[in-house]
Amino acid sequence: MEKRTTLIGASVPRPDAVDKVRGEARYVDDLAFPGMLHVAVVRSPHPHAKVLSIDASKALGEPDVVCVVTHRDVPGANVVHVIYDDQPALADGVVRYIGEPVALVGAVSRRAARKATLEVRVEYEALPAVTDTRRALESGAPVICVPAAAEGGGNVFNRMVLVKGDVDTGFGQADVVVEGEYETGYQEHAYLEPQGAIAVPDEAGSMAVYASMQCPFYVQGAVAKALGLPLAKVRVVQTTTGGAFGGKEDVPSQIATLAALVAWTARRPAKLVLDRGEDVLTTSKRHPSRVHYRTGAKADGTITAIDVDVVLDAGAYQTLSSAVLWRSLVTAAGPYRVPNVHVVARSVATNTVPNGAFRGFGSPQVIFPHESQMDRIAERLGLDRAEVRRRNVLRPGDRTSTDHRIEESVGIAETLDRAVVLADWAERLSRVEAFNKTHADRHRGLGISCVLYGVGLGGKAPSLDKAGATMKLEADGSVTVAVGTVEMGQGLSTAILQVASEALGIPMERVHLAPMDTSRVPDGGPTVASRGTMMAALAVLDAARKLRERVVAVAREVGIPDAAAAERWSEIARAFWTRNVDPAVEGWAKTEPVSWDPTTGLGDAYPVYAFATHVAEVEVDLATGEAHVVDFAAAHDSGTILNRALAAGQVEGGIAQGLGFALSESIPQKEGRLVVNGLTTYRLPTIRDVPLNARVDFVEAAFPAGPFGMKGIGEVPLMAAHAAVARAVAHAMGRDPARYPLDPPYVRELLSASA
Amino acid sequence: MKVRFTVNGHAATVEGDAEMRLLDALRDVLHLTGTKEGCGEGECGACTVLLDGLPVNSCLVLAAQAEGREVLTIEGLADGPRLHPIQQAFVDAGAVQCGFCTPGFVMSTYALLRDHPAPSEEEILTALEGNLCRCTGYVRIVDAVKRAAVQLAETRLGEARARARETA
Ligand code: FES
Ligand code: FES
Repeated sequence: MEKRTTLIGASVPRPDAVDKVRGEARYVDDLAFPGMLHVAVVRSPHPHAKVLSIDASKALGEPDVVCVVTHRDVPGANVVHVIYDDQPALADGVVRYIGEPVALVGAVSRRAARKATLEVRVEYEALPAVTDTRRALESGAPVICVPAAAEGGGNVFNRMVLVKGDVDTGFGQADVVVEGEYETGYQEHAYLEPQGAIAVPDEAGSMAVYASMQCPFYVQGAVAKALGLPLAKVRVVQTTTGGAFGGKEDVPSQIATLAALVAWTARRPAKLVLDRGEDVLTTSKRHPSRVHYRTGAKADGTITAIDVDVVLDAGAYQTLSSAVLWRSLVTAAGPYRVPNVHVVARSVATNTVPNGAFRGFGSPQVIFPHESQMDRIAERLGLDRAEVRRRNVLRPGDRTSTDHRIEESVGIAETLDRAVVLADWAERLSRVEAFNKTHADRHRGLGISCVLYGVGLGGKAPSLDKAGATMKLEADGSVTVAVGTVEMGQGLSTAILQVASEALGIPMERVHLAPMDTSRVPDGGPTVASRGTMMAALAVLDAARKLRERVVAVAREVGIPDAAAAERWSEIARAFWTRNVDPAVEGWAKTEPVSWDPTTGLGDAYPVYAFATHVAEVEVDLATGEAHVVDFAAAHDSGTILNRALAAGQVEGGIAQGLGFALSESIPQKEGRLVVNGLTTYRLPTIRDVPLNARVDFVEAAFPAGPFGMKGIGEVPLMAAHAAVARAVAHAMGRDPARYPLDPPYVRELLSASA
Repeated sequence: MKVRFTVNGHAATVEGDAEMRLLDALRDVLHLTGTKEGCGEGECGACTVLLDGLPVNSCLVLAAQAEGREVLTIEGLADGPRLHPIQQAFVDAGAVQCGFCTPGFVMSTYALLRDHPAPSEEEILTALEGNLCRCTGYVRIVDAVKRAAVQLAETRLGEARARARETA
């Protein structure tokens, strides 16, 4: 592991914040190109229908309309390339969800484009729709997905199993068995900046794409496939990205493909930016879930077995569902030592908007259950809820549910201890009990939650876990760095500058991170799975090592001693230039090998795991059913922290998203139609809903193979927060919720059931 | 339709149809793209500007309503390369992540601190409850507002002292 010095861990302010506070950072909708068209999408109003005909003649006659594009105009493959290629870019013959793109209008103004979509006449013949997973799984249900994408048969996209030990034996050893059924609904990412992309026809028949996104290389692949171009002819540039949270992992491939189809047809730049209502209705969300969970434990609280059945509602197309499902499968046991495990997980197709990545990626759906079960075991056995967790959490040398023996960087027990101290757990519990004795109208509750998160893509997609960086010593001694993962608000660019500066031994101001451009760096996989900073930092360290070697050699040639290299850096850079020494280097990184056997579900699933424990205190108004978070403590093990302020910012933001998921965020779905009106009816946490007094700390169980010992943090805070909040509400009510969100109507329902 | 108003101290004339929103006039016609459109429905506050000193959601205001009035946008705060103390406080407090909500928060804070130079926590919450941030959890935003209040008070004190010296 590299030596860490002053810059690593320091709360260096983010350089990109300056452009952002000035209003000068350029997001995709702030850009325009000469001759640029605006794109609007004609979308299916049916959850499942045949498309009989498309008549664009009236729309083409509208003022300012330049073109209408349908599947017939797609020059390459008519797909949005993600994993299975089952989703058409533009519907060809059949639509499978409300909002599915059928045709595109290109016009000189956004308003003209949107207006003209109403004039594109599409004739449909409705087909029977299946909009709920129970129905989709019934025998005899119509198959509504593309059969080739349904590896599990019928409407089952994927079916995965995990079998460790023998659950019958495990339950036989148990003194108590608890069983529960848990459901979660849609969560919308609600990144403040809506989805958008601009496609610009470029020289020599190539296409440039500027977009708000997490995964430029995914977009490059998708656009190349739809246009029938070699990858080398598609260049993707990331614009300043206004939040993503997984919502800009796969969806930008669709948005960019649609923009590129208009740009290609019209031979002009074309911009597609969704308006908020359209974004909420037609882009991916967190998979709604149904989980059945059975846990057996001995009288001392040690878990002997779990048996879990997970059903995720994938929506109409595969997109990322297989990968999301895999994470549900391998995370089902949580951060606990469970000798006997049986998990069956299925992703099921329905005629609803395809769901995709959302911070946590299939894990929150099993965390709500595993933390609820833990509390119920504690209650049955009369044990303290923190104590029962302490008796089960993974310790170095233990085996995870996938039988992965983990030796290093296993800090879950420390996060638990730290969170208990930060929250003043025992003392707070007695205060809560005292409060409840003296208040008839309001009750308080305390909740605790422990989570494990496999960092990176793991055994499901090992070929994506790599990263590249380029580094160039300029003639004046400044250094230009480029990496293949992106800044989307989380602070990657600042952390990368810190790492580069630390590794080169020159001030941060002398290092510049170039904008993300696929033509500048090799494919370094996606910025997802809390891997972005870790992987890019490893590649930067590799590049910095190579550059330093060259710097030392050149310094020696011109008689500068090693020790003086930093002070005389620009002199050395000048010597590179005068002596024609190659000043550019490439760095490369890949993760430790992982293994995973799909028949048993066992293997070394991830290179490393991050951990956290959160404690929430809530107050519930027993009359209105309103729950409010009044106190919060969070302890994380993400290995070495590169920048404390940034890391704490990730935690604070994750707490807000988690409490939103638990308490207020949801979208009802009726026959394939999402009942929501943008942010007007989708309730995001406001400044009044969050615990401004949250105490956040890090235990830093260093990961030797990580840069300076870091692993990942991005998703973990959300994952831990929602369950802590939900369990706090459960504690306040004295009732176990079976679904999210715990909004006032549901809390009132639970309270009246207990009366 | 022609609308004349003042933006960040400069006269501006904007041509557009009757439906044009103030947000479109700023972004599309005047190319002041620092004001953001997060929802277009008055829910997120990313489009906050000051109209005759009052914070408004520019997505809910017609350009025509700005006729003859003064508009202040995020581009009007910094003094050349020097950030306004509120902007500086947002940077220093770590209140900026993706930054898309930031111009709106800064403008709402500007109006707050002008009316309440030493705001209570409750006044801060009231001033900012119409601005949504999906990234930060608001903790550092509240901190930024408090820091800015202190900074502005110090600046005012310094100026008052300087004036007192001049008159002495
Ligand atoms: S864009 Fe105006 S309030 Fe959201
Ligand atoms: S910083 Fe991203 S929405 Fe506030």
